[in-house]
Amino acid sequence: MSTTTKPVNQKAWLLILPVFICVAFSAILPLMTVVNYSVQDIISPERRVFVGTEWFASVMRDSDLHAALLRQLTFSLAVLVIEIPLGIALALSMPATGWKASAVLVIVALSLLIPWNVVGTIWQIYGRADIGLLGAALKGLGFDYSYTGYANDAWMTVLVMDVWHWTPLVALLGYAGLRSIPDAYYQAARIDGASKFAVFRYIQLPKMRGVLMIAVLLRFMDSFMIYTEPFVLTGGGPGNATTFLSQYLTQKAVGQFDLGPAAAFSLIYFLIILLLCFILYNWMQRVGTADKEAV
Amino acid sequence: MQKRSVFLILYIVFALLPIYWMVNMSFKTNQEILSSFTIFPQHFTWDNYRTIFTDRSWYSGYINSLIYVAINTVISITVALPAAYAFSRYSFLGDKHVFFWLLTNRMTPPAVFLLPFFQLYTTVGLMDTHVAVALAHLVFNVPLAVWILEGFMSGIPREIDETAYIDGYSFPRFFVTIFLPLIKAGVGVAAFFCFMFSWVELLLARTLTSVNAKPIVATMTRTVSASGMDWATLAAAGVLTIVPGAIVIWFVRHYIAKGFAMGRV
Repeated sequence: MSTTTKPVNQKAWLLILPVFICVAFSAILPLMTVVNYSVQDIISPERRVFVGTEWFASVMRDSDLHAALLRQLTFSLAVLVIEIPLGIALALSMPATGWKASAVLVIVALSLLIPWNVVGTIWQIYGRADIGLLGAALKGLGFDYSYTGYANDAWMTVLVMDVWHWTPLVALLGYAGLRSIPDAYYQAARIDGASKFAVFRYIQLPKMRGVLMIAVLLRFMDSFMIYTEPFVLTGGGPGNATTFLSQYLTQKAVGQFDLGPAAAFSLIYFLIILLLCFILYNWMQRVGTADKEAV
Repeated sequence: MQKRSVFLILYIVFALLPIYWMVNMSFKTNQEILSSFTIFPQHFTWDNYRTIFTDRSWYSGYINSLIYVAINTVISITVALPAAYAFSRYSFLGDKHVFFWLLTNRMTPPAVFLLPFFQLYTTVGLMDTHVAVALAHLVFNVPLAVWILEGFMSGIPREIDETAYIDGYSFPRFFVTIFLPLIKAGVGVAAFFCFMFSWVELLLARTLTSVNAKPIVATMTRTVSASGMDWATLAAAGVLTIVPGAIVIWFVRHYIAKGFAMGRV
């Protein structure tokens, strides 16, 4: 949301109302249920004991959780550092008009449309050194590669898979943002004799700021909740190398039938994502405003 | 050749190789997939596709998914358009908070919502209907649509609205005939993303359906069975899941690629 002054109009709430109802119905009710679970020990549907903040305290002290959180932070950071610049570069190099533009658009979007469990399954074969293209190619180049054997290989494979799967999201958003820049801006830049980099830095990047903000937040929160792909590909292994937060949560909730701790865990999980997104959002907003003042 | 086309070609190769491998697998037999490394299928077969097109439990999955995804996309975009306009044009009590709150609904791991959703939809009697899945998917699609559309709307100068009102346009007429064409790119992208996220979502869709509305993503999990993975059928089903989305993006590509029409007219 831009921070420039806008006319005050309380009636605008009427325009928000449909969205508010839709989301409140499917979000606030379920969230309250989870809060309810998190403060109880549910022995059976009939027998519940109020335990207050006990679950929260025990979850916070869980050292496996700290390890999973650290792995998760590293992974999400790596995802952002690779996918955002790559996505912007891709958006800039995609052709703007003609059949080539249509073809490239469709090809780029393909990986997004594959269900996540299939993505994991395909990469499972694709990465195998005996029967998969990627694994065989790496072996042919002389690497001793195995995503089931070595922690680093597993981690890198999950990362490359995520880059393959999700960079198109950044690219498509950036591309649509680029296409909505009026020609007048480019003409003005041409008259001023601006360099290619200057056009990017002072026209394209600021104009893409809105969509890039969405891209950064989406990629951050989705990578922070990544579950299906690593679960199918590596099952969290070898060891715990690719056990990310949500898999750890699911192990708790499903594997051990601990509804209470699992609910407390998911609330803490949610608050971590919320906090980090809030920081990212405000930071990007500030960078954008400072930019506007500088120009 | 230009540097950027080299980069583009390299990326396209990187993007297409895993997909090629999936297509390749879909024309093989399970035995060939697991026993040897072959760039092309040695025993080319259509059997995997035949299984999907002749077995009702397979192809009805595609139909079910398409129905709820379409309902979801239409509702998401319809409610998001006016809301995004309000956020981009006016300031009102709690606007910034509501805007950010919307996005927080995407930040909860979907697994958390499973049990509450199950209880909620059983209570209102919507279990195993397309509407139930479409409504549940609103949680993550409406906030996304509002954010994307708001981004595009904020890029349109407010003078355009003011001129239209001075010219005597009513709000609905201005919105449909002047404003919407200006943000076509945004609507195209938002619709595509709503389609995509609803199409690939597995956990909620599987929990809220059993027979009548069972989606293709849930049907696919059948390929894991006691006798081992049915890799070939899964690959063929995977290839077929790409097709509807590719058609959608083919139809919205003009909206995305043309974008802002002003200044060229």
